[in-house]
Amino acid sequence: MKKRWLCLFVENEVGVLAKITGLFSAKAYNLNSLTVGITQDETVSRITISLFSDDQIFEQIKKQLNRMVEVIKVIDYTDIDIYRKEIMFLKILKCTEHDRAFLFQFSEIYGTRILDFNKDSVLMESIKAEEENDIMLQLLYKKLDNPFEIVRGGSVAVEAV
Amino acid sequence: MEITGAQLFVKALRKEGVDILFGYPGGQAIDLFDALYGQSDIEVILPRHEQGLIHAADGYARSLKKTGVCLVTSGPGATNLVTGIATANYDSVPLVCFTGQVPTHLIGNDAFQEVDIVGITRNICKYAVTVRSRQELGSIIKKAFYIAATGKPGVVVVDIPKDIQQEYGNDTYPDTVEIRGYKPSLSVHEGQIKKALAALKQAEKPLFLAGGGVLAAGAGKEMEKLVDITGIPVVSTIMGKGAIPTNHPLYIGNIGIHASYAANKAISECDVLCSIGTRFNDRITGKAGTFASKATLIHIDIDPASISRNIAVDIPIVADAKKAICRLLQKTESCNCDGWKKQLEELKKSYPLAMKQTGLTPQFIIEKINKMFDKLIVVTDVGQNQLWTTQFLELNEEKQLLTSGGLGTMGYGLPAALGAKLGNPEKYVVAVCGDGGIQMNIQELATAVVQELPVIVCVLNNGYLGNVRQWQQMFYNNRYSSTCLKYRKRCKKGCTGPGKTCPVYIPDFVKLAESYGALGIRVTSREEVEAAFHYAAQNQLAPTLIEFIIEPEENVLPIVPPGSQLSEMIMEY
Repeated sequence: MKKRWLCLFVENEVGVLAKITGLFSAKAYNLNSLTVGITQDETVSRITISLFSDDQIFEQIKKQLNRMVEVIKVIDYTDIDIYRKEIMFLKILKCTEHDRAFLFQFSEIYGTRILDFNKDSVLMESIKAEEENDIMLQLLYKKLDNPFEIVRGGSVAVEAV
Repeated sequence: MEITGAQLFVKALRKEGVDILFGYPGGQAIDLFDALYGQSDIEVILPRHEQGLIHAADGYARSLKKTGVCLVTSGPGATNLVTGIATANYDSVPLVCFTGQVPTHLIGNDAFQEVDIVGITRNICKYAVTVRSRQELGSIIKKAFYIAATGKPGVVVVDIPKDIQQEYGNDTYPDTVEIRGYKPSLSVHEGQIKKALAALKQAEKPLFLAGGGVLAAGAGKEMEKLVDITGIPVVSTIMGKGAIPTNHPLYIGNIGIHASYAANKAISECDVLCSIGTRFNDRITGKAGTFASKATLIHIDIDPASISRNIAVDIPIVADAKKAICRLLQKTESCNCDGWKKQLEELKKSYPLAMKQTGLTPQFIIEKINKMFDKLIVVTDVGQNQLWTTQFLELNEEKQLLTSGGLGTMGYGLPAALGAKLGNPEKYVVAVCGDGGIQMNIQELATAVVQELPVIVCVLNNGYLGNVRQWQQMFYNNRYSSTCLKYRKRCKKGCTGPGKTCPVYIPDFVKLAESYGALGIRVTSREEVEAAFHYAAQNQLAPTLIEFIIEPEENVLPIVPPGSQLSEMIMEY
């Protein structure tokens, strides 16, 4: 089992996303994250998928996606140079004065942004690779016992130039 | 000129060469049916249930290798198609299914007879789409027919809202279609063909495996030529049976869990297996990892996703079966495998498929069909009737077998037979059904009668859902749970088999056939079989139902028990 990345170009039509996610559920493939957005050509959407699979299943997933009428192109991003980013919002609740100070400091060191705060909560934004967001979260869990509200956007990716 | 969506629909069907449409009207399809009224280019067949309707379209399409067309209303009309869509798609049968839909402004409102049929069928068909504007109607229908019939054929669902059927718009129907995400493979990889030829040349025990793809591609003649030139023995899947004539000296038999022993042994022993047009379904491979374990595997299939999915393949070739076989034919040579051929021939002789030689056995009935009908299409239902037929039916260029191989849909036989007869009026069409499956779509006897279709419907009546009963007998300690069709409430619990006190069977199939206006005959002994078929063959104006009373606990043998490898067959029980 290994983490893989796929980029799909698909028809920007009703039901295409359902068809793709339907494939993952029908065949019991392990989907990690999926993001979708329109491209420079408004009839085409671009989907970034991360998933866990072995080599054989991964080949099967690519073939199954490729044969869908609505899928224009499938690109395997697993072993090529790409840039990936995921947006993550963190709302840290029940903060003390001390927690707040820590979070402001943390944000500066780790390159995140404080978007908003009040006397007992801090809203932080982190735009990083998925794994970096994971590591950062682990660190915060170690340091703070506060309740968190986490919103993760899933990754988008693009090939290096 | 401006015409309605419904008028464009009819124009499109004409342009696609549709001469028969299987339709069942309803509120949201009424405009489409109105546009079909009074014209004579397209004959509309009205089955009695939408499931029967789509199986009929399937039988028509399968037998002719021509796209079948269904037209039903929204909601229940559409959902009744679902089993038939999966059945046809699984066996790569080209169908275009039009469903009426509630008007666009009501979609999503839980309107009367509204279902999201595109959402429901998305995972069981090749392509499904709702028409969102009158403007795109023509191009979507064009696309639908193109997708259904090209590449690996399949089912396309086109959902047309009522307001789009009524709306006036452009009358043009495109001649061509361009779909950027859909490019069926048209070529054959030269390098892979060379590798395949090299492997076959070196082989000491080569074997061909013909699947349904050979027949779907219409490559029977080419396949036979390939076998003749190479001298390599050939086995088939159920779906590929008839790819070469079954009396060909190099044809060994079907493989799989109810196969001929020699054919399964050939798979286990061969050193190069060249498979054409089969996806290695679990019913033919037996225990995973043991299938053709001594062989280098060449796999020709039109669908890249079928290659190396169930069985790891050494030499994959993505191509249409006919094209690939033609390429192989250009350079292939005769094999040096006389010892191997002799070995298989002896196995075939030592382990013939056979049932007992007395009484009214399915083998006797099917062999009579072999003898009595020349130009013939046999359609089976699903269960023991299907397995016996695939074991004993003889096929050649003039004979065809239609069977629900992938989905295994009970209730397929009768409606598919009448669809096949509509497309092939000059051939005899015989449906071989069980007493269970026939009752799932028995209402289509009415369709056969009103359409004056002289199909011969054989009901092999053992009073059981026989295939499951056989499993219960062999692997579940005779616990006949819910498989007896003679059961009445008064029967004692925990019944383990038939006896003298069993209640009478209902329905009376002979009377039932007669009440539909068909002919009904009951056959209880060997001596009556030939006369019954003669009688049925002479009846050219209506279907004939022949009920054969067979042994209640007749089994399909040999059998590969669940979880075993192909060569471990139970020969007798």
